[in-house]
Amino acid sequence: MSLKLTKKSFSNSFDKLKEIYTIYAPKRSPKQGRFCDTDIIKYDVINSSDEIVFNEKSNYAAKEVLSPITETLFYFTDNEYRAKKIAKKPILMFVRACDINAIKRFDDIYLKNGGFVDSFYAGIRENISFALMECPSKGWDTCFCASMKSNIVNDDEYIFGIQLGEEIKVDIKDPSLTEIFDGSQITYHVPVVEENLISVKIPMISNKDVQAKVKDLDLWKEYDKRCIKCGSCTIACSTCTCYTSYDMSYTPDSNAGERRRINASCHIDGYTDMAGGHSFRPSAGERLRFKTMHKIHDHAKRFGGEHMCVGCGRCSDHCPAFISFSTLVNKLSVEVDKLNEEDING
Amino acid sequence: MDNILEPKPYKILIVKKLTAIEWLFRVEFDEIEKINYGQFIQISIPKIGEAPISITEFNAEEGWIEFLIRKVGLVTNVLFELKPGDEIFMRGPYGNGFPFDENYRNKNLIVVAGGSGCGPVRSMINAVNNNFESVKNMEVILGFKNEECILFEDDISSWEKKSNIITTVDEMCKDGNCSLGLSSGLVTEHFSKLDLSDLSNVEIVIVGPPKMMEFSAKEFVKMGVPEEQIWLSFERKMSCAVGKCGHCRVDETYVCLDGPVFNYTKGKYLID
Repeated sequence: MSLKLTKKSFSNSFDKLKEIYTIYAPKRSPKQGRFCDTDIIKYDVINSSDEIVFNEKSNYAAKEVLSPITETLFYFTDNEYRAKKIAKKPILMFVRACDINAIKRFDDIYLKNGGFVDSFYAGIRENISFALMECPSKGWDTCFCASMKSNIVNDDEYIFGIQLGEEIKVDIKDPSLTEIFDGSQITYHVPVVEENLISVKIPMISNKDVQAKVKDLDLWKEYDKRCIKCGSCTIACSTCTCYTSYDMSYTPDSNAGERRRINASCHIDGYTDMAGGHSFRPSAGERLRFKTMHKIHDHAKRFGGEHMCVGCGRCSDHCPAFISFSTLVNKLSVEVDKLNEEDING
Repeated sequence: MDNILEPKPYKILIVKKLTAIEWLFRVEFDEIEKINYGQFIQISIPKIGEAPISITEFNAEEGWIEFLIRKVGLVTNVLFELKPGDEIFMRGPYGNGFPFDENYRNKNLIVVAGGSGCGPVRSMINAVNNNFESVKNMEVILGFKNEECILFEDDISSWEKKSNIITTVDEMCKDGNCSLGLSSGLVTEHFSKLDLSDLSNVEIVIVGPPKMMEFSAKEFVKMGVPEEQIWLSFERKMSCAVGKCGHCRVDETYVCLDGPVFNYTKGKYLID
């Protein structure tokens, strides 16, 4: 069922939703941006429908709700580790289509990989419901969700769709929500972003030998000087899941403290360092290659589904060296086509 | 649902100094029936952190496992301050281990281990030594930096009674003369002394520093050993050991889940 709502009516509906859910949405923090006098839009708990930022792409991805930059896992004392308690109240997240698909990539890692389930992630994940926010007809300037097939979500993956512009329209998918919303019936379904301003051609790597040759492409060397290994792209990425665990004690002389995990980046020094000093991928180009291949080849090869990258474009938005991920992948595609051809011709 | 990241406390039983920076720790453990040769455990020290350490030996009847620990990092530095009776925290075992029953039984097993790479293979060599009928033959090459770095001398003496054991040191032996039974030179320089007369029946395990494994494997391939009969064990940084933290990933492979032991047909691509 679809309804058209007034602003006041939606505000009332929001208050009713708030009684059921803790609500997360893209929220503006004025003057908190990366540059002077700029705002930042990122996911946070909101208490009023006015706080939802609908007309702009959030600077940071929805993953922060499930995978905060730092997260306490255990509290330890002398002789025990006690896992942190996870809030039981259901969570409602206002997200875009790419965000829902990104969280499905998180599920691959945290719920499926190796048959091990991460209890901390699972505890939050099972409480989450999505409200699907409409995007501009072609997304934003760095988006390429249509190329990554993350522009589409199934009807059963969200409880209602919403357009929060001049007019407020909702498409209710969960029948139990019909009493929450009050408005006049219309026909509305969140439209799919059929094409973006940019498109990306994903390289088709024909076999393991070609995959090995990709590592030696001159293409990566171009980025040795350009990429500054800052890791901004991975923090902003919708699907980067890596973390490092670390212990902290409350005071230097106590045996009580916490084991936490912090978002890690394969671009940053130390990511592969082993005790004893050995490490892998020292150059920026090698690190960019490692991340790129994960996003558009390795993850899909392991899990047999879609690629890890959902085409949100936040890596390009954040890169201080203006490296465009979509341009990089298109360049790589040309090189891989050549390698495939060489492989066939022997 | 069990929390896969939650470590449990276990008591240290014995600490034995093998070299100045490599000690053997025996620790009580209660899930020994799950262990396969070559697997690893996540060892935790509260306030310091966690590290993956190979299981070098285990005994189900007596309820203990052993670790060869080199003092090189935050966790291992603190471990060297602990004594029998102290507790450490552990979770595991993790990884796949060596496929002894599936691939090595009744074969000519050749083990090449370098330095602390002796750790992951020791339990398997001991098991074969105690039940030599399980293989057709076993030969072992152990490589160390110098004489002072030699590990598990008691075990080596025991293995030498049944098998061809070549212990070699990279640096020239003192005064140019090696102690009795000791050779010098890189491990690859001794491959010609191995019995490779029946290539179809040989299985080769190589564990050590990345370059040593790479050159050893290439040398065996050059000598005609099929790639399918060569096995490597990898070492990588890990935070979780259960495929979540991402540190050990190479391409679509997670060393913690799919390794640390890899057949060379796969392992040769795990270059980074």
